[in-house]
Amino acid sequence: MVDDTKNSDFFSDSELTPQEPRVPDPAAGPESGSAGSQHGLDSIVEEFLIESHEGLDQLDRDLVKLEQDPSDPGLLSGIFRAVHTVKGTCGFFGYSKLESIAHVGENLLSKMRDGQLIFNQMIASELLAMVDAVRQILSSIETTGNEGDVDYSELVETLTRLNQGEYLASSSLVEPSSSTEQAGAAVDESMADIVDEFLIESYENLDQLDRDLVELEKAPGDENLLASIFRTIHTIKGTCGFLGLVKLETVSHVGETLLSKMRDGELIFNREIASALLTLVDAIRQILSSIEVSGREGDADYTELVKTLESMVIDDSVSISPPPDREDLKSDERRISIERRNSGDRRITSEAYGEIERRASSDRRTEVRGRRTVDSSIRVDVGLLDGLMNLVGELVLARNQILQFTESSTDSKFAASSQTLNLITSELQERVMKTRLQPIRNIWDKFPRVVRDLALSCGKKVRLEMTGKETELDKTLIEAIKDPLTHIVRNAVDHGIGSPEERERGGKNPEGLLVLKAYHEGGMVNIDVCDDGGGIDPKMLRAKALAKDLVTEKQAERMSEREMMNLIFLPGFSTAAAITNVSGRGVGMDVVKTNIEKIGGTVDVQSTVGQGTTLKVKIPLTLAIVPALIITCAGNRYAIPQASLVELVRLEGDKAQNGIEMIHDVPVYRLRGNLLPLVELHSELNVPAPENKEIVNLVIVQADDRQFGLIVEGVNDTEEIVVKPLGKQLSGISVYSGATIMGDGKVALILDVMGISKKARLIASSRLETKEDVEKKTASRDDQQTLLIFGIGTQGRMAIPLSKVTRLEEIKRDSIERSGEQDVVQYRGEIMPLIFLSSVFGNREGKSEKDLMPTIVYTSLGRSVGLVVDEIVDIVKESISVKRDYKKEGVAGSVVARGRVTDLLDYEGVIRKVDSSFFEETVEADVKLLSSAR
Amino acid sequence: MAVEKQFCTFTLNGYLFGIEVLAVQEVFRYQEMTSVPLAPPEVRGLINLRGQIITAIDLRSRLNFEPLPGHRLPMNVVVRNGKEATSLLVDAIGDVLNLPLGAYEPPPENLNETIRDLVQGVYKLRDKLMLVLDVDKLVGMDSGNEPIPDALVSAGE
Repeated sequence: MVDDTKNSDFFSDSELTPQEPRVPDPAAGPESGSAGSQHGLDSIVEEFLIESHEGLDQLDRDLVKLEQDPSDPGLLSGIFRAVHTVKGTCGFFGYSKLESIAHVGENLLSKMRDGQLIFNQMIASELLAMVDAVRQILSSIETTGNEGDVDYSELVETLTRLNQGEYLASSSLVEPSSSTEQAGAAVDESMADIVDEFLIESYENLDQLDRDLVELEKAPGDENLLASIFRTIHTIKGTCGFLGLVKLETVSHVGETLLSKMRDGELIFNREIASALLTLVDAIRQILSSIEVSGREGDADYTELVKTLESMVIDDSVSISPPPDREDLKSDERRISIERRNSGDRRITSEAYGEIERRASSDRRTEVRGRRTVDSSIRVDVGLLDGLMNLVGELVLARNQILQFTESSTDSKFAASSQTLNLITSELQERVMKTRLQPIRNIWDKFPRVVRDLALSCGKKVRLEMTGKETELDKTLIEAIKDPLTHIVRNAVDHGIGSPEERERGGKNPEGLLVLKAYHEGGMVNIDVCDDGGGIDPKMLRAKALAKDLVTEKQAERMSEREMMNLIFLPGFSTAAAITNVSGRGVGMDVVKTNIEKIGGTVDVQSTVGQGTTLKVKIPLTLAIVPALIITCAGNRYAIPQASLVELVRLEGDKAQNGIEMIHDVPVYRLRGNLLPLVELHSELNVPAPENKEIVNLVIVQADDRQFGLIVEGVNDTEEIVVKPLGKQLSGISVYSGATIMGDGKVALILDVMGISKKARLIASSRLETKEDVEKKTASRDDQQTLLIFGIGTQGRMAIPLSKVTRLEEIKRDSIERSGEQDVVQYRGEIMPLIFLSSVFGNREGKSEKDLMPTIVYTSLGRSVGLVVDEIVDIVKESISVKRDYKKEGVAGSVVARGRVTDLLDYEGVIRKVDSSFFEETVEADVKLLSSAR
Repeated sequence: MAVEKQFCTFTLNGYLFGIEVLAVQEVFRYQEMTSVPLAPPEVRGLINLRGQIITAIDLRSRLNFEPLPGHRLPMNVVVRNGKEATSLLVDAIGDVLNLPLGAYEPPPENLNETIRDLVQGVYKLRDKLMLVLDVDKLVGMDSGNEPIPDALVSAGE
């Protein structure tokens, strides 16, 4: 309904078209009917209309400005360019009327540009009249699909007159030389803007070219694509000719010539031409970037490329004259467009006649849509959106503060209005976030070219399918995943998909299939990259990793298939047999993974041998505002992003005491039958432990594909937090991903679950440690040893590494027997010698009166010895700093354990003293024992 | 008239320090801050400065002075280094001084290495000396942040 009203509004407002607007007259002639009726050209026409409308508005303004300041070469150039673009495009579409008007305008302008004519009021009026005429024709095209039959010959005549004779009379002729000089001097300043604009526009155009060329290769007969490509190159050529970029113009000119041949059906599009044209696009891009950087076209030599392209033109068409010189460009262009009208269009039209009836009705819709696109979208500077986003962030914080006040207030009116504020803020936040969302298409669109080039260079055939192009995500994230995604795609083509012969041998379609899928799921954006190649053999990965010393054999043995798969993310890992241009250097997937994790995403690989590989990338929608759980630890609040949260467990009373069990020094919790490793947040952060042991709060989180429980002091609430970066002094601390401001204005740190799990060395089981890691870890375990502390006689306390203790026994005094000089005891069917440590160290015979004597059993190579002590004191974890200031028999050194200096028992010395042969054949066994203890 | 430069001055452990006034964004009283576990010792915490989170660096700790006695609260001098703002915690704020370039001298060679690295130079005032701090180095923890080996320090003294 709304649309209908708008429609009628539109028609009543429009002051155009005396003729029947809805049904195009078939007799209107081939040229006028052709463009509107050619089925697929619609979108191009629409685009052209939008662009032209914008251009015309600009023209209006510029002309008026130029009238005030006739000597401004920047303005003049802008006008010239706009008119030229309109002319070029409409010539191509076969709008002859439009073209002839624009053409005389252009001629006039070029005279002025060259300093042969000076801008005056009369010229201004005529040019403005021309703009109006162009606008009128455009409107007519918009509504009816043809140019309308208003007669503009008078206008054309006036303009031509101005161009040729009138200027002599009006004495506005000036000395060409002086004015050109003047213009030249001013060009530098005012040209900069135009050049900038030209660059931006051209880059966009080039991306479009890339896509279109690849498409065209697949469907060489597609007229629309060809038209679009032609138009793009023509625009670039026209503009750079005007800006005096000779090299660029030469290069694009040959491309244009080649394309025009194809358009006229004299040349057939093939792979060579596609490659040559793509090279051309690259060359143009190169020149553009050189212009951007240095303001010049650069010294690269493109004559080769030009020659190749020229030879293509000449080879297949004898009848056509050689490519014209630069000076001839103007006339040549005209010739092309005329040719087109004469030959090409007739063909198109004859095909299209049948469609005219059907199109007539839909034309109206098209025209309305076209107009609306002009009105309904604007270009906004990204900086502005960023600023807006920041402000919304602040607003969210202020909202949070007010909501906090609301809780303590009883005023119902206040509560109601703060509730409204709450709703509006949330809505605003969502909307503003949406303005920053961009379809993933923006990065995907370059993949067809990437895949095509790569497939060609590897001699493969790859078809690329993309679904979910419109899936949106935050602009910053789009930027961030661009490179990782490109890498994954390249990998898939290079390693994933085999050569056509290989594939045929495997009974597959010789053409490989690469599918990109994007979709929203659970508040995350999922991107899948699937190939139907040979897949990855996990065992092969393992063997490779072993060969490269990236994992130890022990680790390799225990690996699950999934872990083997994840080996590809290890730094330094590469499966490529040979290093190619593209990949195989072993840097890649680990960088991909790191980069994706940096933005809070995950990447996972699934593969079936012989069927293909899928890489699943998951990334959050946005980074700026995230929901998070607020927890406390040692009086400070911390935020845990909800994305990594799994569940909360609260243990009270008995459960708090017994629910958490220890395996060595690692706390674990049985969660529904599964053993969950726990990490104490306070010990990871090096802050005091909570005093309240009655209640234990577990926050179950997920890092990578690994779950663990975080023991925290208190769990508050979930809140929307605004993520702010940390200063550079703190950015190196991996357990924080940023900071945020809480409702009360205080700062809270945001915990990075991944960082914590790495710090707690929990991630090891899913992301394999490298060999180096393991070695480092053992090294640190070595200085951090668990010690058994025992007491003997007057010596006081001594310690022995717990790893050397096989068992602790209490031996009954009356079970002691003597064998020769030695006290022995029957122990597990063997005779075990006993060493009374108190007698080794003590002055007195330290056998206490106790009946049960605590004994440390030390075993080596099946032989045991009992070290009898007076009491077992404690087990502590200390870093051993052996001090050997004094050498005392039986003492290997001393450590500080529990704040007291404790001697370390030289158990080897003591045992050797009693049984000198005890260690002789056991040295090796001892080492084994040690390593297995690790 | 000799060329002059303006300095924002403050005291630290009895010494007078100065920072070029252009680098100073603002000065404000002590504000409660959030401590950052695992951070380098000179980082005292994070402050919410009108919605911007800035790091507070304890200059006493940065310059190897004793910590401020418990009952006294430091002041914040917020300096802007590029895009990032950082707060420097000092004992007390002094005047803004206009100083002629002629009164400027490089720091003595035998100054403690840690301090020497952070001090750009010395201004001779009538009654005392003012040490000009290098803001970039103070704030940038990557440079000059490595603990200086004992031997070096004592050799420098």
